[in-house]
Amino acid sequence: MSKAGKIARRTFIIGSAAIVGGVAFGTYLAKRAIPNPLLNDLADGEAAITPYVKIDASGVTLITPRADKGQGAYSIQANLIAEELDIDPRTATVTPGMPGPAYYNGTVLAEAVPFPAYDQGAIAEAMRSFMAVPAKLLQMQITGGSSTVPDSYVNLRMAGAVARETLKQVAANKTGLARADLRTEDGHVVLPDGSKIAYTELAADAAGTPPVTDVSLRDPSEWRILGKANTPRLDMVAKCTGTETYGIDHSMEGMLFASVRANPGIGGYVVGFDATAAQGMRGVERIVPVKHGVGVIADNTWRAIQAVNALNIEWGPADYPATSAEIFETLEAAIGDEDAYDHRQRDDGNVDDALADGEVIEASYRIPYLAHAPLEPMNATVRVTDDACEIWTGTQIPLFIRDKAAKITGIPAEQVFVYVQPMGGSFGHRLEMTHVEQTVELAMAVKGTPVKMTWSREEDMTHDYPRPAAVSKARGKVVDGKVAAFDLSVGQSAMASSWFGRLMDMSIPGPDATITTGSWDQPFDIPHYRVTGYRAPDMVPVSSWRSVGASSNGFMHDGFLDELIHAAGADPLAERIRLCGHDTSRKVLEAVGDLSNWAGTDLGENRGRGVAFCMSFGVPVAQVVEVTNTEAGIRIDKVYCVVDSGPVLDPSNFEAQVTGGIIFGLGHAMGAELTYADHMPEQNNFDTYESIRLYQTPVIEMKALSNASKIRGIGEPCVPPAAPALANAIFAATGQRIRKLPLNKHISFA
Amino acid sequence: MKLTVNGTTHDVDVEPEMPLLWVLRDELGITGPKYGCGIAQCGACTVHVDGEAVRSCQLEVGDVEGQITTIEGLGTPAALHAVQDAWIEHQVAQCGYCQSGQIMAAASFLISTPAPTDEEIDDAMSANLCRCGTYPRIRAAVKTAAAKLNGA
Repeated sequence: MSKAGKIARRTFIIGSAAIVGGVAFGTYLAKRAIPNPLLNDLADGEAAITPYVKIDASGVTLITPRADKGQGAYSIQANLIAEELDIDPRTATVTPGMPGPAYYNGTVLAEAVPFPAYDQGAIAEAMRSFMAVPAKLLQMQITGGSSTVPDSYVNLRMAGAVARETLKQVAANKTGLARADLRTEDGHVVLPDGSKIAYTELAADAAGTPPVTDVSLRDPSEWRILGKANTPRLDMVAKCTGTETYGIDHSMEGMLFASVRANPGIGGYVVGFDATAAQGMRGVERIVPVKHGVGVIADNTWRAIQAVNALNIEWGPADYPATSAEIFETLEAAIGDEDAYDHRQRDDGNVDDALADGEVIEASYRIPYLAHAPLEPMNATVRVTDDACEIWTGTQIPLFIRDKAAKITGIPAEQVFVYVQPMGGSFGHRLEMTHVEQTVELAMAVKGTPVKMTWSREEDMTHDYPRPAAVSKARGKVVDGKVAAFDLSVGQSAMASSWFGRLMDMSIPGPDATITTGSWDQPFDIPHYRVTGYRAPDMVPVSSWRSVGASSNGFMHDGFLDELIHAAGADPLAERIRLCGHDTSRKVLEAVGDLSNWAGTDLGENRGRGVAFCMSFGVPVAQVVEVTNTEAGIRIDKVYCVVDSGPVLDPSNFEAQVTGGIIFGLGHAMGAELTYADHMPEQNNFDTYESIRLYQTPVIEMKALSNASKIRGIGEPCVPPAAPALANAIFAATGQRIRKLPLNKHISFA
Repeated sequence: MKLTVNGTTHDVDVEPEMPLLWVLRDELGITGPKYGCGIAQCGACTVHVDGEAVRSCQLEVGDVEGQITTIEGLGTPAALHAVQDAWIEHQVAQCGYCQSGQIMAAASFLISTPAPTDEEIDDAMSANLCRCGTYPRIRAAVKTAAAKLNGA
């Protein structure tokens, strides 16, 4: 075992600590260098741990630090603990708790190593373990990268098991029985005579009992909650009765309401503004300049938005090209430019020699900027006093927010409290915090009074920090009815440094893997196979969008592969299977053939189907899309999807994430883009930024295999194959090969 | 002016052009109806006025005539409406932010169309946006709700 491996393993040690009236179980960090979020609850001299389970006389609390944006993260985290703890999670309080650096995400960076996910050799694995160390140093409590399940799968069950065995030990001490003779059931320790002692009655004594850490996890065959169909989500009743309280619903005594208008040319300054009209409007309390914009504090959100609309602001220029035409020219100029060369992580065979003669097939692809546009607009509630700053907001990055608020207010970070709220979607948007920074500035102007700031939809979409636009040039060759050479060059602005620059006020050095994620790392054995990333200059500030680099690379890579297969005269599915050099992925492709009855289906007139494959976040996904070319346009009839992300822990929610990912991928490919004029997007609401509707939604059939050796997350990997599978199906139905998204610029949809 | 919401009459002192949505949310603290777009594109703000689904972001409070019902008045966790019950049975919600509006739209639709065809469901429910892509389960839940309401 390498040294790096030991460091990673040590973080799994679970310990316990006394809290007022009870006990907490959680990750015990040997060096205790990272402060503990529960510290305020602990008496002097008592052990500090990062808790996942708290038990006192009033009940059991499960702490689920990964944010729930709608993907069901709270439920799965609670279920992982409850499975070993032997409680019904519906009887527990489930809370994200206070953010703390010990909740760092050791997995989110793991796929940034220069090995494709299907390479699980010793060097690749050691590198992945080592990536947990910088994440810890950066205190990266991040929800993202489809990492919640892989990062929590062992820790949270261990926390549940240690808590259970320790409670049994306390009961053993009390009764004089042996721990081995006791069992647990539904929040109780059960004695051999069948009598029960509630965990809540054992909690106080558990605090003084050394934790039982020599535990092993149950075999999946013994699971009662995990892997079972019809496990309800814990938030479902609240979300169907209007009783879930999202960040935008947060309410406090004496709270004021606010909205902001910032320079629509991102990063441009305010030259000056005239607030005369706004000042006289009903309910307006204060007009406050904020970074790059102006905010209005009022007694009602609508009044604040009306007053913001009445502001007359003169904007300074943004420092990126003003129009989409100039932006795409800049991206295209990067390809092949030596100075823009960023990385080449795939270079098999000899592409230059292979393409030196004979018929070379060439194509160009284009990907637009896309807004995340979760349905709940960005908002935050902040109260600043002389010595503390409290923040209520739905976020994936609570510690980055804490540190930024500390910087803005001058209040020490340990006196900045971030209360993570339920979220109305994210898709990556809540990895940003501009709206929180603005709200902190507003709250500083009315010290002691809480201010809830809500962006209008128009403000939200204008300041979305979109998915990067990208272009590619592809060249390839077929020989003897087979794909022989594949060369893809991608041009994109760097996403990671744009995002990190905003979060940390510093740039991160080195190549930006997101430029080619989803193309260089595909498990195909093409004899001459090369993928090159070119880094275009920073333009519109950009961010992570559900499935990140694979959302665009998945389209370009699989789309061009489909072109080559067509040129070879091969069957689209059979040739992908032949080329696939990774066993787990090949089985996924074969299974989608069975599920869609690929070999046996006669689609009939005006119909077509396409297959696409993309491995992202370590998860191979294959999809088949069937379409009909109707008089009204293309109708998507059916989608078949096969995935392999290892064991499925919550089948119902898993299926929801698979179908949701497919619909998200299809919908944006069909009709969504942000185009730029005067530095700002020309789309700022759902009338112009099109979103898929129910009548356009196909029937979806899915199947999950579990041949994969590692458990993975499923929130993102089903997005990337949807766009190419649809475009490939349209080609099959119409003969029209569409290489530029969105598709509805080139063809109508019914 | 007086406003009757979920059976309770409130006195509100607001300008008549304020959209009903913001009166409900910021003046009365009734936050089930959501702000999503403000231009009648998403339907997250859907409430009933005398049983009929309306976009509360577009309805000026001064123009309200009738009894207002929000998601909170349709049913509660302890006493679910058939549509909410069907939504829970099918585990429809992901982020859940659009679902207040989806459920209010479905409840009103099923009064006027108690035995809808698939096409009628697609037409009626396409005015409400869901960014998470819960549409297949919405389709299924509307059918289940129709059966529940018809006593099946």
